[in-house]
Amino acid sequence: MAEKKLMYGNHAIVEGVIAAGCRFFAGYPITPQNEIPESMSVRMVDEGGVFIQTESEIAAINMLFGAAAAGKRAMTSSSSPGISLMQEGISYIAGADIPVLVVNIVRGGPGLGNIAPAQSDYYQSTRGGGHGDYFTITLAPNSAQDLYEFPKLAFELAEKYRNPALILADGLLGQMMEAVEFSFEPIDPKSLPEKEWALCGCKGRERRVVRSYDLKQGRLEELNLRRAEKYTTIRKDEQRFKDEYCDDADLVVIAYGTSSRIASAAVRMARQKGLKVGLLRPITLWPFPTDVLADMSKRIENFLVVEMSCGQMIDDVKLATECRSNIHFHGRPGGGVPIPSEILEKIEAVLGGAR
Amino acid sequence: MTKEIIISGFGGQGIVSSGIILAHAGLIEDKHVTFFPSYGAEMRGGTANCSVVISSEPVASPIVATPDVVIIMNEPSLARFEMAVKPGGLLLYNQTLIKSKPKRKDITVMPIEANVLAEELGQGRIANMVMLGVFAKKTGLLSLRTLKNAQRKRYKKANDEQLALNDKALEKGYGLFGNSK
Amino acid sequence: MKKIFSRPEGLTDTLMRYCPGCGHGIVHRIVGELLIELDIRERTVGIAPVGCSVFADEYFNCDMIQPPHGRGPAVSAGIKRARPECIVFSYQGDGDLASIGTAEIIHAAARNENITVVFINNAIFGMTGGQMAPTTLPGMKSTTSQKGRDVRKQGYPMKVCEMLASLDGPYYLERCAVDTVKNVIKTKKALKMAFQNQLDDKGFCLIEVLSMCPTGWGQTPVQAKKWIGEVMSAYYPLGVYRDRSKEAK
Repeated sequence: MAEKKLMYGNHAIVEGVIAAGCRFFAGYPITPQNEIPESMSVRMVDEGGVFIQTESEIAAINMLFGAAAAGKRAMTSSSSPGISLMQEGISYIAGADIPVLVVNIVRGGPGLGNIAPAQSDYYQSTRGGGHGDYFTITLAPNSAQDLYEFPKLAFELAEKYRNPALILADGLLGQMMEAVEFSFEPIDPKSLPEKEWALCGCKGRERRVVRSYDLKQGRLEELNLRRAEKYTTIRKDEQRFKDEYCDDADLVVIAYGTSSRIASAAVRMARQKGLKVGLLRPITLWPFPTDVLADMSKRIENFLVVEMSCGQMIDDVKLATECRSNIHFHGRPGGGVPIPSEILEKIEAVLGGAR
Repeated sequence: MTKEIIISGFGGQGIVSSGIILAHAGLIEDKHVTFFPSYGAEMRGGTANCSVVISSEPVASPIVATPDVVIIMNEPSLARFEMAVKPGGLLLYNQTLIKSKPKRKDITVMPIEANVLAEELGQGRIANMVMLGVFAKKTGLLSLRTLKNAQRKRYKKANDEQLALNDKALEKGYGLFGNSK
Repeated sequence: MKKIFSRPEGLTDTLMRYCPGCGHGIVHRIVGELLIELDIRERTVGIAPVGCSVFADEYFNCDMIQPPHGRGPAVSAGIKRARPECIVFSYQGDGDLASIGTAEIIHAAARNENITVVFINNAIFGMTGGQMAPTTLPGMKSTTSQKGRDVRKQGYPMKVCEMLASLDGPYYLERCAVDTVKNVIKTKKALKMAFQNQLDDKGFCLIEVLSMCPTGWGQTPVQAKKWIGEVMSAYYPLGVYRDRSKEAK
């Protein structure tokens, strides 16, 4: 087993991105993710890559568009308000079928909000975010280890489906230190295959065009229908989740990212009290792990959704369970972070009420 | 075994460093650890605090609401965290800078002249190391040797002289309460 | 019979959809010729803006990308930094470059990105139907300044070359026009230098081209050419605004 290193989540992302063979970073400072560009400004240069501090998040996402269209792994990181600015670019990138990686270290919103950890960008991440018919593959890490490993996974999924991918973390995961094991062999960017769609000069081949528009009658409809097929495949094949103690559960708590860590503590406390409670942690938020939930809803009467927002993922839980179960909610918006005991109280209230 | 710890004081008292040293120390002893600081605007000129969890199990929540141990370095932090300590828990506080007396009777309260002891060693700012020494001794969670290794992981650029002085402060704290645990 | 004039290989065999008398076709041809003359077609990536010349991605016979409105310089920087061996040009109109993309062009220039920018200034939003552009002259009529641009309420035009020349970053800035044969030849010379500078790794070059929009201006093609010579180039003087090759000497 490789040695474990104590790292900030934000630094784990940087190392994970570099180990994933990415050598292009463009971004703009915003709290609570500044450790990422700061560290990138050193690490990318050390590794012979590109680091650009841009004039805005708008420029950053468009530099990614260029670098990724040129066939290179490219990423940016930001936090909620900056991600809002990037939505135009993400829409174009999705419309041009280009793989990029965007990391959102979510903070409290709307507006300038605050810099505390939050999960209020769920809708934005899982519903496309910008204009038009598209989705972004969205991964929700809940540890520094995940932050190290998910960039590689995100690039692989993004390239497999030629689609932007998003890592949705939050200020707590970014600012927290944990042990990280460098669990995979770093990828040499030179070993990555050339993309058959990349813009690199048309020597010896037909010229290529990367664009998101098609003004000819009916063509965009055709294109979007083809892309919809791709989304159907992703929904079918790429749902990821982790479950704990769900087999005999009377109630299953559903939470992702930071909330899932805290909920996990609450579930263990409930088990110590003899309550049959489980935890389902979606790892992919889009595609949402609908299948496992649909299945669970046939035998589990109560679900408790815990989010650091007023309730966004709860909609996907309701859609997946199709009214077969009772869906309860505990939310802490505006940078509020729940503690295990308050989730336990809610669990007890639901199970008490159910009896 | 899971120990949840909060360290709190003014910015500049080595609060964040203390937390990171504890996390390094836990990792050296093959335990699961998390460290989470208060960050951003709260840090600028105000109080700093951090949560550390050291456990034999994977750490579920890195957020500490009811700590087993608090290390309190200044007056405002005492007011903020005294009531949070778990019944039966431990409260270490820097008596040099804190004039109030903790009121809790259901926890172990230990006043330490951290700054005075640090000044005796020639450097007031290593008061935090004195406190970590006391922490190691009173909790039995980490060995003195581990803490000495851990501070070297935190202060990678420090010179040998400073590291040796830090060791002395750790020893001083560790030796304060003799063998009585 | 001997063929003496044909489409350069730098342009695709596609019917251009620009209006009669529009300047885009002339500038496209110049760029198309240069892609061949400089032997860079097979290593070039071009950027088509949002605006009338959005269709440039169909006309230039090289790899092309079509980014969001105004973001050409950022996309160019991404491509050039990711693949320094490529020649990258950003083709932009005045709405794209001087209005919505102001931040991107200024910062690309300030960073001295090693790219070539072809900036078409026709003082109007063409594609959307002749609205006021940041470059619309004082008193000039457009569909959103129907009584003429009132500088007290609608402000003054942007002089892009002059503005960018205030920065230390850019390597070469020149304003040309395509209203006369002489000026077309000058424009080609300037653009050739701009591409050559990129080949020589010199940095940011922008060639502004005063270009006719008879449709948007409500003029005949002949009137439009005359108007550039008599009115537009009086407000936007032609010439070199920055040449760091001279400064170095």
